[in-house]
Amino acid sequence: MSETTTPSSTPTAVPVADSTKPLATEPKGKTGAARILTSRDAITIYVLLAFLMYAAIAIPRFASPVTTGFLLLDVIPVLLIAMPMTLIIVTGEIDLSVASIAGLTSALMGVLWAAGLDIWLVLALCLLAGIGAGMFNGFLIAVLGLPSLAVTIGTLALFRGLALVVIGDNAVANFPKPLTAFFTSKLGATGIPTVMIGVVLIMVFFGVLLHFTPFGRGLYAMGYSKEAANFVGIDVARSKFWLYVASGAVSALAGIYWTLRYTSARSDNASGLELAVIAAVLLGGVSIFGGKGTIPGVVAGVLLIGSLNYALRLGRVSDVVLITVTGLLLIFSVVAPSIGAAVREWRHARRVRQSFSRSTPAGSGRAPDGVQ
Amino acid sequence: MLSLTGAAKTFGPVVALADGTVEIRAGEIHALVGENGAGKSTLVKILAGLYHPDSGDFRLSGEPVHFRSVAESKAAGISVIYQEPTLFPDLTVAENIFIGRQPKGRSRLISRAEMRRQASELFGRLGVPIDPSRAAEGLSIADQQIIEIAKAISLDARVLVMDEPTAALSGVEVERLFAVARALRDKGTGILFISHRFDEVFDLCDRITVMRDGRYIATHRTAEVTVEKIVREMVGRDIGTLFPKAEADIGHTVLKVDGLSRSGVFRDISFDVRAGEIVALAGLVGAGRTEVARAVFGIDPYDSGQVSVEGKPLKARNPQAAIAAGLGFVPEDRRKQGLVMNLSVARNVTLTLRNKFVTAGLINGGKERAAAKEWSKRLQVKAGSQEHAVSTLSGGNQQKVVLAKWLATDPKLLIIDEPTRGIDVGTKSEVHRLISDLAGRGIAILMISSELPEVLGMADRVLVMREGRITAQLDRADADPESVMHAATSSTGVTE
Repeated sequence: MSETTTPSSTPTAVPVADSTKPLATEPKGKTGAARILTSRDAITIYVLLAFLMYAAIAIPRFASPVTTGFLLLDVIPVLLIAMPMTLIIVTGEIDLSVASIAGLTSALMGVLWAAGLDIWLVLALCLLAGIGAGMFNGFLIAVLGLPSLAVTIGTLALFRGLALVVIGDNAVANFPKPLTAFFTSKLGATGIPTVMIGVVLIMVFFGVLLHFTPFGRGLYAMGYSKEAANFVGIDVARSKFWLYVASGAVSALAGIYWTLRYTSARSDNASGLELAVIAAVLLGGVSIFGGKGTIPGVVAGVLLIGSLNYALRLGRVSDVVLITVTGLLLIFSVVAPSIGAAVREWRHARRVRQSFSRSTPAGSGRAPDGVQ
Repeated sequence: MLSLTGAAKTFGPVVALADGTVEIRAGEIHALVGENGAGKSTLVKILAGLYHPDSGDFRLSGEPVHFRSVAESKAAGISVIYQEPTLFPDLTVAENIFIGRQPKGRSRLISRAEMRRQASELFGRLGVPIDPSRAAEGLSIADQQIIEIAKAISLDARVLVMDEPTAALSGVEVERLFAVARALRDKGTGILFISHRFDEVFDLCDRITVMRDGRYIATHRTAEVTVEKIVREMVGRDIGTLFPKAEADIGHTVLKVDGLSRSGVFRDISFDVRAGEIVALAGLVGAGRTEVARAVFGIDPYDSGQVSVEGKPLKARNPQAAIAAGLGFVPEDRRKQGLVMNLSVARNVTLTLRNKFVTAGLINGGKERAAAKEWSKRLQVKAGSQEHAVSTLSGGNQQKVVLAKWLATDPKLLIIDEPTRGIDVGTKSEVHRLISDLAGRGIAILMISSELPEVLGMADRVLVMREGRITAQLDRADADPESVMHAATSSTGVTE
């Protein structure tokens, strides 16, 4: 094993290639700080901040602890599921079955509770069910190598169907009062829901996993090129499998949250939530083609959609408009980068044409090669 | 017939082409040579209508043209054959040729019979037997190129551009391609031929245009110029020996492969590689060399046999175990296998090391950047910044990044598949020197190469493969072009 020498301090000099050829002058790229401040996810964060400021000034009753409370309570399911979804989309895959897993969990929770099981046992079994559902997805996608889009469209229907089988058209509502009260309680006068502590912990977990671990590095590499990832010893199948398991587990948590927050276990809970999650993730700057995206950007994306919806609702705008706005935002977030690139290209081309029309022989921005 | 003068093209701050100038006459084969990054590919993409030049004069038969798309360029009679053709694998050969303009029958529906008839006629004209109704999937790269040429002819192409068509071809296939090219020339087609192989350029072409650093340097008649002069113009300086191989002490056995077989791919492969030794796997394309290397490294499975590193058996089908045992693999296809193209130079260099900068489970960013910088500097990777995507680098620099990535793991054995494919002369000798010095430091090297001079110049031992078997094992002293080619082709001959 080569662990003994750190690569940066290997004493033997590596053969240095012929150095008679000078380096081309460095193209003026953006420096580290500028790159971060103008990145796609930073822009989402700016838009979020700008919108919050606007809303706080322009919309009466927006800037209040009540707003904070309801807004966060509303976005928590999306926020939760968006975390593993970000990692999955970064690898170039997708999971459409998340809302159905949440619904299945909710249905299971109602039936088990109605059957008289201890509430903590019920919660544990629900979480296991979510993990099991995730393993099923993971097995089909990672082990058998089936396309995730097809598999999770299938399990989207399958898990929702199972939810209906489990609980039928019934609803279970008599969950323990202290528990349901806890799920809507706030941290003092801030208006921040107590459960946010847990949500933040999950966010930090996924953020660290994606940005600061070798596993996370591997996900970006996989998102760009599975074959190249394979050549550097990344176990593509295993990574994918665990991502779907994580997605199943977090979806189950979202299902549990949903049930307790609305004090209602039904088979159609959280239906359609997968679209809200994917919309928020893409708005947060994650590339649907894989390989790009950050957790802070996604959090901003989720909060942006959430607060926009909330503000519109405060302004008594109907749900139809809300859905339309969400759809437009999603399309805009996917289209915006291409428009940005086109504009940059056009401006650059114009500049270059001008510099060439002045017809200086070396007016190219690149130093002429030293050896002529 | 076609003339491009002073064409310029920039991408962001990078000037890809400052003065693209070339003139192709009807009925000539015109070579375009230059180092990687000299702007050849950009020039080709302008001809193809893929890029619109920022400035410059582009004329076809004297008329100025401004292509906005590939379709316009094709319609004007320019066809480009790329190194790796992009056929639709599920469609038949004939369907590929007539894609988008299928001959229609009386019922306004596609007439398959007519399509097949026209395709057969095209292949007849080219003198190449390919069945038009077979699927394109599974065709060799050589055959795929022929299909692209057939497509070009069916479009009445007046100018045919071939971008490194021979890079992936074996000797016989190259000859067949040349025969087709000469036949087309004699019928008045103008051909632009881009290659890094001088023997081919001098064998085939009538005139040679040299480019360097995005600029036109000179055009010569092939008969009036020497290889040395062209090389000088390309690099702007004299280069030393093309294939330096320093003497190295040969040590203990690092890799031992014993009776490795995979049904239908390779059979009973046994060899070893010792520390400080360069062993070359020679043979024709398709002889199973890359497949053996992939199986050794654990990318592909094998049916029987054993691989061991320094006496310890290596787990099959497990690249992680191979890397842990001290193996590195520089694959043949940089873009798809060697690099994650959109990731930064730094991230690519440290991808193999991602488990080494970990403190308490987290990556230490400072250490990571320092290591990336260190290794790119040692290998003289020419990049604007460590943070730029590797896709913005030239082929030679990309190969250096791949090498840096593996050298950083401090490997015992490096498998290098086609170390200089698609790399220009100047960088080529840099890469050769690098490999030779690595061997000098005691790293065992298994090199797969289709370039005979490279094999003969670099290797201490040459293993020749043919049709999935090792047919000869030659020491440096015994290896010469004849013995290697004999073992690579030998009695059963080459199948087309």
